[in-house]
Amino acid sequence: MSTQTGPDSIELLTFRIAEQEYALDILSVREIRGWTHAPPLPHAPHYMKGVINLRGTVLPVMDLSARLGLPKREQNARNVIIVVKLEETMTGLLVDAVSDIVAMSPEDMQPPPELSSDIAEAVVSALTLIDERMIRVLDLASTINVLEGVAA
Amino acid sequence: MTLEILAVDDSRTMRDLIKLALLPEGFTVHTADDGVHGIEVLSGIEPDAIITDINMPRMDGFGFIDAVRDQSKHRSTPILMLTTEAAPELKKRAREAGATGWIVKPFDPEKLVKALQMVAG
Amino acid sequence: MTTDPMAEIRASFFIECEELLEALQDGLQMMDEGEDDPETINIVFRAVHSIKGGAGAFGLEALVRFAHRYETVLDEVRAGRLLVDPDALKVFFQAADHLSDLVRISRDEAPLPEEETVQLLEALDAFLGDTPPEEEAAEEDIDFQPMGLALDLDLNGDDVSEDSDAFPSLDDLPPPPDFNTENDSASETYTIVFTPKAELFETGNEPSLLLRNLGDLGEAQVVCDASELPDLADLTPELPHLSWTINLATDADEGEIRSIFEFVEGLCTLEIAAGNGPAHADQNHSDIPHNLPEITPPETLGPPPESRSAPFPAPQSAPASLAYEQQTEETTPAERAPVKDKSAKPAAAPAAKSVVRVDLDRIERLVNLVGELVINQAMLSQSPEQSGISPHSDAMSGLEEFQRLTRDIQDSVMMIRAQPVKSLFQRMSRIVREASAAVGMDVRLQIFGEATEVDKTVIERLADPLTHMIRNAVDHGLESRDDRIAAGKEPQGRVNLTAAHRSGRVVIEIADDGAGINRPKVLQIAIDKGLIAPDANLSDSEIDNLLFLPGFSTASVVSDLSGRGVGMDVVRTAIQALGGRITITSEPEKGTTFSISLPLTLAVLDGMVVEVAGETLVLPLNLVVETLTLENEGVKMLRPGHNVIEVRSGFTPLFDLGHALGYREPVTDFEGSVALLTAQEDESRAALVIDNIQDQRQVVIKGLDDSFHRAPGIAAATILGDGQIALILDPSDIIANAGPMPRTSPAYSSEGLSA
Repeated sequence: MSTQTGPDSIELLTFRIAEQEYALDILSVREIRGWTHAPPLPHAPHYMKGVINLRGTVLPVMDLSARLGLPKREQNARNVIIVVKLEETMTGLLVDAVSDIVAMSPEDMQPPPELSSDIAEAVVSALTLIDERMIRVLDLASTINVLEGVAA
Repeated sequence: MTLEILAVDDSRTMRDLIKLALLPEGFTVHTADDGVHGIEVLSGIEPDAIITDINMPRMDGFGFIDAVRDQSKHRSTPILMLTTEAAPELKKRAREAGATGWIVKPFDPEKLVKALQMVAG
Repeated sequence: MTTDPMAEIRASFFIECEELLEALQDGLQMMDEGEDDPETINIVFRAVHSIKGGAGAFGLEALVRFAHRYETVLDEVRAGRLLVDPDALKVFFQAADHLSDLVRISRDEAPLPEEETVQLLEALDAFLGDTPPEEEAAEEDIDFQPMGLALDLDLNGDDVSEDSDAFPSLDDLPPPPDFNTENDSASETYTIVFTPKAELFETGNEPSLLLRNLGDLGEAQVVCDASELPDLADLTPELPHLSWTINLATDADEGEIRSIFEFVEGLCTLEIAAGNGPAHADQNHSDIPHNLPEITPPETLGPPPESRSAPFPAPQSAPASLAYEQQTEETTPAERAPVKDKSAKPAAAPAAKSVVRVDLDRIERLVNLVGELVINQAMLSQSPEQSGISPHSDAMSGLEEFQRLTRDIQDSVMMIRAQPVKSLFQRMSRIVREASAAVGMDVRLQIFGEATEVDKTVIERLADPLTHMIRNAVDHGLESRDDRIAAGKEPQGRVNLTAAHRSGRVVIEIADDGAGINRPKVLQIAIDKGLIAPDANLSDSEIDNLLFLPGFSTASVVSDLSGRGVGMDVVRTAIQALGGRITITSEPEKGTTFSISLPLTLAVLDGMVVEVAGETLVLPLNLVVETLTLENEGVKMLRPGHNVIEVRSGFTPLFDLGHALGYREPVTDFEGSVALLTAQEDESRAALVIDNIQDQRQVVIKGLDDSFHRAPGIAAATILGDGQIALILDPSDIIANAGPMPRTSPAYSSEGLSA
């Protein structure tokens, strides 16, 4: 794994959804939890999976594959929920599996090509390569704030 | 020199301010919310000086001083009146009631300490 | 956490201000109701006075100025020089509102509403007539620097009636001294002659301390003059007989010297002269130091000898003079005022209720922890059942006790957050005053049940909806004065605001005595706006409820008050977000009443735990009237997708909960399903189809914030004993959304939830 650390380096949590690799700034990640049944919220957008109990508080969980427009898949025991905090709001992100924590320097990250208005692309803030595999770095705010975007 | 003080004021803010001024000087500060409460508190302590507000519910500052002076053991306990009003007749009434002196609110903490030391040694 | 004690006291001052403003409102309200007890005006006066006092300490000049003027007028009332008539009260109320604004503005350091302040000051000044003389003098006192000691040397002999001797004219006094000034000038010598009068001792002043304080200023030579001391046989102990002459070499100026004697001015004769020459005393004192007796101080400054017949401390042979060192404290007069040995006068009144102020965050934490405890207890009590422990075992009875204690703790903790609705209702008084003034109407708000306690969070979140409803009542509910007179009503409109506890909930009613809802007009508007079909046949109650539809506004002219883009739908949403309901009743010519029913606390709910389409849900138990087991033949189709069942000689609509929540396709086979018969606030009934009932239990409500896409019908969530989340349903909302009225917003819209 690429582990060049420096003063400017950013630590990323990488994870997989539908055989693709994504990453989030580790600073916004609070914890990772195993999959548990999430009672669905009636009439919520399709990418809202439901709610789970996070130590006594009700945590909304977003199905990241649905959010990114990836094919619908069955849940399995390896699925995990990444708990992220944006400003004061906690949200759970359902992903297939968590891969690794890597340190990247800003030079290793490239802005994504502006090819399309594809929903999956709009939330990708940077691309980077690890062992020849392309990692899509997600912009947490635009990933999550779609909640408000749709609702308002 | 540290003193034991009873401060009687119906305003929590004033009581807090008095404590803030006196506690760092090592004073012991007892507080009461009005005249009646002040007399109750007084029965359990022997303060070196008393500070009292004038306008208070149940028993005002004048009534309080009267009641304090009526107790033989507090006949000469120094009492400072806290007043926002500098009207001469208030001072005259305060004096007639037996107040030792007065401090006009808002007070300077240092000067409150000094005034207390002046009247109570 | 703030560590600056001054900042803490400042914050605490603003909290105290809220209490004082409340007391002020109360007092004015009582005066408005004809109460003329002097203590009422005293309370009003003290509230303003205390705000002024605290504001002065923090240099909140605008607040001090306004409070001072207000206080001056109130003092006139207190002194009986000003009669309170309705006009005066109106100004007093306005001034109280403005004072409240100024408190808030001062707290938030917002820009001052200069214009309004000036207007109200003028209105207040009008009561004072010709500027009272003391006003001006007092006015100067408020020009202080924050926390500055205003040594009040404005003792004006003229103002004091008889005893001009006690308050000598001090026009020639130097300005107040500054204790902090370092005076570099060379020492000067002053000669001070100080002769106490009898009154000096009655005020608890001590010549010895005064002399010592003088000594603190520099090098003091003190000579005690006992020439006035009579023969022992003639001595009257109540009277002072001594005089002191002090030669003081000091850097201090005369002002500082005088400041030492500030408290005893008028209680002594005092001569201060610069230089060594003898000061001119007005009393005949001959300098006979060699005959001076030494005054032996009593052991303590405590009580003087009780018995005056006992021998006096005999003057001992005196030294030539008493030279005071800085720290000596030798002379204490034997003379004392006579002992008035009365027993303590005031009867012991009940001690003031002792109150602890606690940061709300800490309470929140406690509430959350107790919530966890309740959940934990529920989990724990499930496990022995599952492991087959006998219900009669010690473990089980222990668990029952645990459960009881848990509930008690929970109730007690919830009580901590309970507050009377009084402060909220007082704010509504102001809204009525402002709203009625804006539309030029005379409206009287009557408040009932203001002591009713509700969770603090509920109170806070009720303010906006209630404000809106009160404005509506004034603006739409009440008719104009002319219309009222024509209808044979009192010209003054009435709005009643009532709070009461009713069967485990709090009910708040806003009732006006206006013309009632204009149903034909409401119906027409709803049709015009396409909210209902033109041929819709609605009952009166259904028409009234049209007011709650999003986007509905009855105001034909958008007035100053209601044209704010919020309608009753927002009010309803806000009330529902609190777990409450709002209903409306109206009678033509008699008025309209809005009734809000709220849970006592946002934290717990007695719920029925049910299963629908594989999901666990909770329904408020108090809404469930009856449970029914369905049979297919009992279910009648009204039209496709709409079924009714017959319950005791009446048809009740059947709602398929699983379908309404989007969990599954509509149920077609009802055989064996369970239906919960629910009663709504408006008495209407509905039956909800579920799969089965799991439990009845108290659940801890976990709020869902706006980021959850909260759907209609979902009130909150809870965590069940197994740690799983269950959604708490609001049946009336589900029914309303599935009812005859079309849904006007997408199901997942969160619009308006933030109201």
